[in-house]
Amino acid sequence: MTEAVEVKRILTELFASQRLAVLATLAAEEPRRPYANLIAFAATADLKEIVFATTRATRKFANLAAEPRVALIVDNRSNRETDFGEAAAVTILGTAAEVLGPERERYQAIFLARHPYLRDFVTAPTCALLRVRVEKYILVTRFQEVHEVIPAP
Amino acid sequence: MNLVLRLEEVKPRHRRGVGGKGFALAALKRHGLPVPTTLIVTTRAYEEFVGLTGLRGRILLELRRKPFQELRWEEIWDLALRLRHLFLTTPLPPGLEARLHDALGPHLPARCVVRSSAPGEDSRRASFAGLHASFVNVAGLQAVLEHLKLVWASLWSDGALLYRRELGLDVRTSAMAAVIQEMVAGDRSGVAFGLNPQDPSQAVIEAVYGLNQGLVDGTVEPDRWLLDRATGRIVDYRAAPKGEVLLPGREGVRLAELAPEKREVPPLSEAEVDQIFRLLRRLEEIFGTPQDVEWTWQEGRLVVLQSRPISTPPPGGEGDRRSWYLSLRRSFGNLTALRRKVEEELLPAMDREARELASHSLAELDTASLREEILRRGRLYRQWKKVYWEDFIPLAHGVRLFGQLYTDAVKPRDPYEFLDLLGAAGMLALRRNRLLLEMAARVRERPELLEEVRRGQVKDPGLEPLWRAFMGEFGDLACGANTCGLTSGGLAHLLEEMARRPVQAERFDPREVEALKGQFLSRFRGGKREEMAQYLELARASYRLRDDDNLYLGRIGAQFLRALEEYRRRGGDLKELAPEVQELWAELTATPAEQPGGVAITGLGRLKTRQLIGQPASPGVARGPARVVLRPEGLFQFRAGEILVCDALDPGMTLVVPLAAAIVERRGGMLIHGSIIAREYGIPCVTGVPDATRRIHTGDALTVDGYLGIVILG
Repeated sequence: MTEAVEVKRILTELFASQRLAVLATLAAEEPRRPYANLIAFAATADLKEIVFATTRATRKFANLAAEPRVALIVDNRSNRETDFGEAAAVTILGTAAEVLGPERERYQAIFLARHPYLRDFVTAPTCALLRVRVEKYILVTRFQEVHEVIPAP
Repeated sequence: MNLVLRLEEVKPRHRRGVGGKGFALAALKRHGLPVPTTLIVTTRAYEEFVGLTGLRGRILLELRRKPFQELRWEEIWDLALRLRHLFLTTPLPPGLEARLHDALGPHLPARCVVRSSAPGEDSRRASFAGLHASFVNVAGLQAVLEHLKLVWASLWSDGALLYRRELGLDVRTSAMAAVIQEMVAGDRSGVAFGLNPQDPSQAVIEAVYGLNQGLVDGTVEPDRWLLDRATGRIVDYRAAPKGEVLLPGREGVRLAELAPEKREVPPLSEAEVDQIFRLLRRLEEIFGTPQDVEWTWQEGRLVVLQSRPISTPPPGGEGDRRSWYLSLRRSFGNLTALRRKVEEELLPAMDREARELASHSLAELDTASLREEILRRGRLYRQWKKVYWEDFIPLAHGVRLFGQLYTDAVKPRDPYEFLDLLGAAGMLALRRNRLLLEMAARVRERPELLEEVRRGQVKDPGLEPLWRAFMGEFGDLACGANTCGLTSGGLAHLLEEMARRPVQAERFDPREVEALKGQFLSRFRGGKREEMAQYLELARASYRLRDDDNLYLGRIGAQFLRALEEYRRRGGDLKELAPEVQELWAELTATPAEQPGGVAITGLGRLKTRQLIGQPASPGVARGPARVVLRPEGLFQFRAGEILVCDALDPGMTLVVPLAAAIVERRGGMLIHGSIIAREYGIPCVTGVPDATRRIHTGDALTVDGYLGIVILG
């Protein structure tokens, strides 16, 4: 079916063209309010996981330790009025976990392939590498056409 | 670049900014040819207007509602209408307006012609006549500015949108200039082509008495001369029947009787024909290519109104219907004649045909004769279908003509407000629904009567006359072209559901519609009011016929199917019938496929639709379970409060609309049956939703936003 192919193509293109995403977490401490950051991200080839890095001292890392459920936004807007008709935005719902042990090298390679200039940052001993298992994509195109994709486990 | 340039100020670097027409007029002026006093509003004014008001973004949003290749012709027309409405209702920013005032004011002729002048239209690639708007006899700065906006809007006309690829139409880069000319009210006018597209050895001159607007829009038929391109010798002359002439009115133009002594006299003498031929040659020298020129003869002087390269719509591939679509834009006179033909000849003939077919007793035919009869009925249906395309569909343009006039005069918030004046109440489908609702009212009082309906033997004196009227007039076509088998059980179900809820009344009663009409007409005086009343009358007829013609055609289709059913009842095999019969059978009974909810994306997961965009076709918001109706039988499962989701609703199917909370339709357009009837009952409707019946499933919780044209699932 064409729209299925189309949706996958848009997601793939978004992840290939965009380097930054907005990450929303929930504050660990009272008052537990939503919190948003810009992060550098990479998606795995099967589009089932999103990888990003943060130093362990950050507020977002603390938030994630308390509440691993996250929302992210990736979009290709150009900050012009034409965006309303032309831009695509995807909201990603998922659960984050730090990547530790032998797996770390594989995920680090995925992240660095997208952001080679962040090598020093990612390999620093204080930096954590996280992966988000995607539970749902919500793709918005043409201003208000909305599709949801639930990745197979 | 200045907002406004006089012809003398146009330099080669202004070519794009003044548009094709403006640039050509400046060249003519430079070469000493007689052209009217002309001011050019450059593309900069357009750009400031769409930039400062945010219109550029709004245009883009409208254009991106749906992929272009999925738009039907009617949706393109609707899109153009909405864009035009945006231009019309967006005021000029005060700063821009003041500067236009200052630049135009001192030089503005008392009476003007405001013409589009699109950049690139002087190149052969992107030029053919009739895509953009021009307005004759506009008086006063305020009116000129209003018409300037309409000229700008015509950058996005239905024709331009159809040929957007050839034109390179793009919201970021496309712009429109306008030429504001002194109105030259010549006594004879016309067009001339330096090269006859049908015969390159010839040139063509066409002429009428009065203004050439009548010639250009097809209201007045011109005399026509064919000339040898090499020598200018007249090789053919054809006189047109002359009875009318287009003259300047108080504003705009008016059609008048041509003086009797002129009716037998060609508008041009041979010497004048020759003079125009020499003008064509001179223009070809100046521009290097044969020209398509508009001229007028004023007090013995030949004036050039505009000149452009000869062009025709680019040839499309097989199945390119675009030039046919454009030919649907017909004049009032043409449509009035067509209406007479449809109302007085075609519909009565169809009615007779359907009655005659219905009166045949098929059971008495032997099988060979029955096969003959099936073939005959199939051919009759095809023949009427052809009439439908050739005569009924073009008549729909009457609604569009009126819509434009109404919107220009009233500037309503809702671009489709004019539909309220059309009085859909007279439509057959609404008459049928009224009968159903009256029957339901009786059933509400005496539920036990349902049993009589179910048995097909209605005796109750309150119900029987209604029931008989309904069965007599609508029994064989309650489902339109398809064989739906309006069974007694189906009817009983409908009535039961209708009796369950309060009656869904139509939005306006005839008195209110008449009041709206009166309000509208009171905006005009004298002859103009009379003219508007005539346009409204034509639009009403077009509107009614738009629904009714389908019902008539459906009755003939139903008689074809009735004969086929008789054949099958006798155990006949469909495959043994002529291929044309089988094809028609397939066509009349085809239904779109339903798909299971959610679609697999290879290697990723399942895709679900959350929100779909269509076209807002009737305002309001409703929530309820979806009922996807793929086959007419599905109508008889419809429950009160459900949302009707369908592929293409035909008038035969609209009998459940009084039960529906909203309508969602795959097919798009404001003048389709779903939109018309939804507006009539005041329920929300969204049309033009791609794959509606595949992406929505019966039972899905839906929210239909008829203000914004959005459907939300879940």
